[in-house]
Amino acid sequence: MTKPEGELTWRDLEIGSIVTEPGNASQYQTGNWRSQRPTYDFRKCIKCGLCQIFCPEGCIEQNADEYFEANLFYCKGCGICARECPTGVVTMVEEEEE
Amino acid sequence: MAKRVGIEVSLAVAEAAQLANVDVVAAYPITPQTHIVEHLAELVANGELDAAYIPVESEHSAMSACLGSSAVGARTFTATAGQGLELMHEVLYVASSMRLPVVMAVANRALSAPLSVWGDHSDVMAVRDTGWIQIFAENGQEAVDNVLCAFRIGEDPRVLLPVMVHLDGFYLSHMIEPIVFPEPSQVDKFLPLFKYPMPLHPDRPVTMGAFGPPIIYSEAKKAQEVNLEAAREVILQGWDEFGKTFKRYYSPVEQYRSEDAKVLLLTLGSFSETAMTAVDKLRGEGKSVGLVRIRLWRPFPFAELRQAVRNAGVLIVLDRAISFGGPGGPVCSEVRSALYGEDKKPKVIGFVGGLGGRDITPAGFEEIVKKGINIAEKGSENEFEIYGVRE
Repeated sequence: MTKPEGELTWRDLEIGSIVTEPGNASQYQTGNWRSQRPTYDFRKCIKCGLCQIFCPEGCIEQNADEYFEANLFYCKGCGICARECPTGVVTMVEEEEE
Repeated sequence: MAKRVGIEVSLAVAEAAQLANVDVVAAYPITPQTHIVEHLAELVANGELDAAYIPVESEHSAMSACLGSSAVGARTFTATAGQGLELMHEVLYVASSMRLPVVMAVANRALSAPLSVWGDHSDVMAVRDTGWIQIFAENGQEAVDNVLCAFRIGEDPRVLLPVMVHLDGFYLSHMIEPIVFPEPSQVDKFLPLFKYPMPLHPDRPVTMGAFGPPIIYSEAKKAQEVNLEAAREVILQGWDEFGKTFKRYYSPVEQYRSEDAKVLLLTLGSFSETAMTAVDKLRGEGKSVGLVRIRLWRPFPFAELRQAVRNAGVLIVLDRAISFGGPGGPVCSEVRSALYGEDKKPKVIGFVGGLGGRDITPAGFEEIVKKGINIAEKGSENEFEIYGVRE
């Protein structure tokens, strides 16, 4: 899209709201749906990658130190990673908490 | 030369789709529409129509398959009626909002319960707001002609909207009528090849029917409404071009002996022809009665209707559906709404009748006119009258 969604007028839409740019769903921020956020104690992490496999959003990537971490632009805060982590690395905290 | 043949209207409608050289038919049989899709299946099976016929498991699937075929740019036709139209309901909205010009014949039928396969307009009125262009035929010829016009109008790049052609179940679908079939070469000239501007194609990937969050949904709906409104002009052009080519002319609001009439009847569909007979009789008796028929149900012909009824004192609207707990008949309430802001307008009296295949004879229309005039003079406790119901 040439403009951000919030600036598109009805005249800017393609016929039938067709999306002509392949893969532009990646621009859609689902992270703001979140009410809980994952926090990490990487000292416990064995880098097994189970959290990445279970993540329904597919938003867990390895960071510079190769630890598995959610991309908060997409993470909806479901907590499945926290539940599945065999070593208890992930703790979900309320979004408004520091 | 165009040929004039005696043929069941359903078969004629199927042959109109054949003349339009449709690419795909996805359909499910349901009374009183069955003969349309049955005949199309036959034409495809016999090699008389080069099209893909998709036999599906329900009307919901029929319309869904139509979306897919229209989205790749195939000329697509289907037909349904009554409960079948209702089973398609949610997919109808998708066809219009995705701008897919499917053409569908609807052999109008009552809705259950009690189970009724017979004709009325309950099915149409339930899909009134689905965003389709909707045209009413009054006889077999009009059904055939308007199937052809529907492709031309719907597939026009300025429109790209699905079109329903309504023909009354049994009253039209099962009648054998004389039909003039145009020459295929003339139809080919009238109907340019369908070219969807952004069809589904692996070389040029697009996403259709994507997620529309609150930030964009209102804009999508505004665009859809503007588009349907803009279709008016193309509909008029389509009918005009059809008239020039085939010498049969159509308008959004049709009038019959209505110009100087003090009392007007308003009908949709095949009952209009019966009402004309009644108008002739009443005119013969010196009564100032005329008839107005809405042909274009969506987009609603506001300007044409206002112009057609402005000089009348009383306008008697016959609905073949009830809006339960509402203002009576959907047509009547829309007509009232269209006239509300006018300085010069007739008194609008609502009747509901012809439900579930109940006939209204010419004498019945005379009675409706008489009762309507009486209500206009003396008023009534009721919002509307159900004509012919046993008390």
